Amino acid sequence: MTTQPQKECPESHRISYKREDLNLLIYLSGEFGLKNLTAFRNDIKREISRQKLSSVTIDFSEVCYLDSAAALTLVQIEKDTLAQNIPCRLVNLNDEAKGIFSVIHEDALDHLPFKPEKTHEGLIHKIGQTSSYLAHDFVNFITFIGELVVAILYIIRHPKILRWKDVLFYIQRAGVDGLPIVALIGLLMGLIMAFMSYLQFKQFGANIYVPALVSFAMIKELGPLMTAILVAGRSGSAFAAEIGTMVVNEEVDALHTMGFDPISFLAVPKVLATVIVVPILTIYADLSGILGGMIIGVTSLDLTVTTYVTQSLKTIHVFDIVTSLIKAAVFAGLISAIGCQRGFQVRSGAQDVGKFTTSAVVAAIFLIVVADSIFAIMLYYMNKSNILSI
Amino acid sequence: MERLEKEPVLEVKNLTARFGDNIVFEDVSFKVYKGEVLVIVGISGCGKSTLLRIMIGLQKPFSGQVLYQGTDIIHAREEDLNRYRQNIGVLFQSGALFSSMTIKENIALPLQEYTDLDPDAIENIIKMKLGMVNLAGYENHNPSELSGGMKKRAGIARAMALDPRVLFFDELSAGLDPVTAAELDDLIIKTNEALGTTMVIVTHELESIYKIAHRVLMLDKEAKGMIAEGKPLELKERATDPRVKSFFLRQLPDQHDEKRFYVS
Repeated sequence: MTTQPQKECPESHRISYKREDLNLLIYLSGEFGLKNLTAFRNDIKREISRQKLSSVTIDFSEVCYLDSAAALTLVQIEKDTLAQNIPCRLVNLNDEAKGIFSVIHEDALDHLPFKPEKTHEGLIHKIGQTSSYLAHDFVNFITFIGELVVAILYIIRHPKILRWKDVLFYIQRAGVDGLPIVALIGLLMGLIMAFMSYLQFKQFGANIYVPALVSFAMIKELGPLMTAILVAGRSGSAFAAEIGTMVVNEEVDALHTMGFDPISFLAVPKVLATVIVVPILTIYADLSGILGGMIIGVTSLDLTVTTYVTQSLKTIHVFDIVTSLIKAAVFAGLISAIGCQRGFQVRSGAQDVGKFTTSAVVAAIFLIVVADSIFAIMLYYMNKSNILSI
Repeated sequence: MERLEKEPVLEVKNLTARFGDNIVFEDVSFKVYKGEVLVIVGISGCGKSTLLRIMIGLQKPFSGQVLYQGTDIIHAREEDLNRYRQNIGVLFQSGALFSSMTIKENIALPLQEYTDLDPDAIENIIKMKLGMVNLAGYENHNPSELSGGMKKRAGIARAMALDPRVLFFDELSAGLDPVTAAELDDLIIKTNEALGTTMVIVTHELESIYKIAHRVLMLDKEAKGMIAEGKPLELKERATDPRVKSFFLRQLPDQHDEKRFYVS
C-alpha cells in the first residue's frame, strides 16, 4: 500500500502553506506515512484552525511516498474540514496515491476507534454466573465419573479390550519417571520434620518421640497428600494436555467415527495406571520420609538406626498403612479423572489446551484436599465408634 | 456412472442444524447413491462441515433424519450406530492420525477391533492399504515424520482399513500444494473406480471438483440450505443462480456497494 519512490525522495516531509485571501493552499512534499503521521496531522490541523477560511486545497504533486494510514488521516482532515462547511479538495494525486485512496473504507471514517464494549455486570450477576458455571462444571465432572465407572466395569467384564500397552506406558510415565522427585521430596520433608520437631522436643528431653512423629505424619497424612499433589502436577496436567491436543487434532472425532469410545480408549488406561502406581509411589514417599527423619535422628539425636526404626514402627499400624494406600488410590482416581475430563473439555486451539491443563491441576489439588478432609472425618468417627481398634 | 445412480446408500431427510438460535441450514434433503462421488460445496460458513459431521454421527442435528440402509442413524441405538461406523470411513481435515502410534498401528486399530484376523493377515492388509495410497515402506513411521499430503494419504489408508461402503472426506485438499492435491484427486478417482466405494467429499477446490465429482450439492449461508444440485460442469455452464455462477466461475458476485470504497 505504498507508492514507490520514483525519484530521490527526501526522508523527511515538508509542508508549505500559502494563503490567497481566505483560501488556504497546502503543498505537501516528501514522505507521508505512519512515521510522521502525528506530526503532519497536527501541523495541518493547526494551520486550518488558525483563522477563518473559505476553502482548503491540499496539493500532492511533490509527495513521493504515501501509505494508507497517511491517506486515511488526510481523508479525515478533508472530512473534518467539510464538516465545518469549508470546501476541501485533494489535488494533483498521482495514480499510486489514487490507488491508495481507493481502498479506504468509509467505515474507517464513520466509526469511532475500537473500544471494548462496556459491560455493566454487578457483583450479584457475577456471583450468579460463577455459581452457575461451578454447578455446571460439577455436574459435568460427576457425569464423566459415571461414564468412566461404566467403562471400567465394562472392561472388567471384557479385560481383553483394555489397551494394556497403554496402561504400562502410563505406569512408566506417572510412576517410574516420577519416582526420583517423589523420593527426593519425601526425603526432604522427613528431614525438615525431624529437624523442626527435634528443636521443639529437645526442650523437654523428648527426642525419642521424633521418629514416631515423622513416621506417623508421613504415613497418615503427608505421604499420600504430597505424592498426590506431585502426581497432579506431573501427570494430571499431562493427561489434560494430551487429550486436549487430540481433541484439537480431531483425533478424538476420529475415534468416535471409528466406533471407539474415547473414554474407554483414552481415559481408562490412564486412570488404571495412575490408581495402580500412586499407592506404590506413596509407599516410596513414606519410606523416603522416614529415611530423611532417620538421617537427622542418627546424626543429631544420637539415636541408633535400630532404635529409630523400632520407635518408628511403634506408632505405625497396618490399618494406617492400608488407609493411607486407599487414600492414595482415591486421590489417584480423582487426579486422573479430572485430568482426562478437562482434556475432553478442550474445544479448539492452543489457548484452550493451556486453560484446561491449568484447570486440571488446580481442580485436582482442590479435590485431593476435599477428599482428604472427608477421609479425616470418616476415620475420626470410625475410631470414635470403635469400629476399628487402632 | 448411470448404472450406479439408482440405488441410494444414504438418505438425508429434512435436516436442520442450529447452534443455539442461529440456524446453520434448514430442511436439507438429498440422497447419496451407491458408487458415486458426491461433493458438497459452498462458501465458508455455509454449514458443509456441520452437515458432514451430522452424516458421520459426530453431531446431532436440530431435526431431521440420516438414513443408512433404512436405519436412522440420528436416533439409532449405540449398537446400530457402531454398525454404521464400521461401514464408513472418515478422513479428517488434518488426517487425525493418532500421534502416539505408528502408521502401521493407526491402520491396524480398526482391524484389531472389528475383525478376528491374526497379526500376519493384519500386517498384509496394512501393506496393501499403504501400497494403495503410495505409502509403502512407511509402516513404522510416526505421523509427525510425514508431510501434510502423506498424513492425508495415511488417513485415507486408515479410513479404508475395513473396506467401508462410504468414505467421507472433510476439506479434502485444504492446505495442500497443487501437486499433492492432484495426487489425492487421482487417488480418489482410482479408489472409486477400482473398489466402487461411495464418497462424500467436502471441499471448495474448484479444480478438484471438476475432476472428481459425479454430482455436486451446493449449500448457501444466506439461503440456509441447498441451492443447487447437479453435475459440476453443468452447474458451471448452465446455472442461472448468481450465487452458483459466481462460485463455479470463481467470480465475486456483482456488487453495487457505494459505501465500500472511498474514491477521491
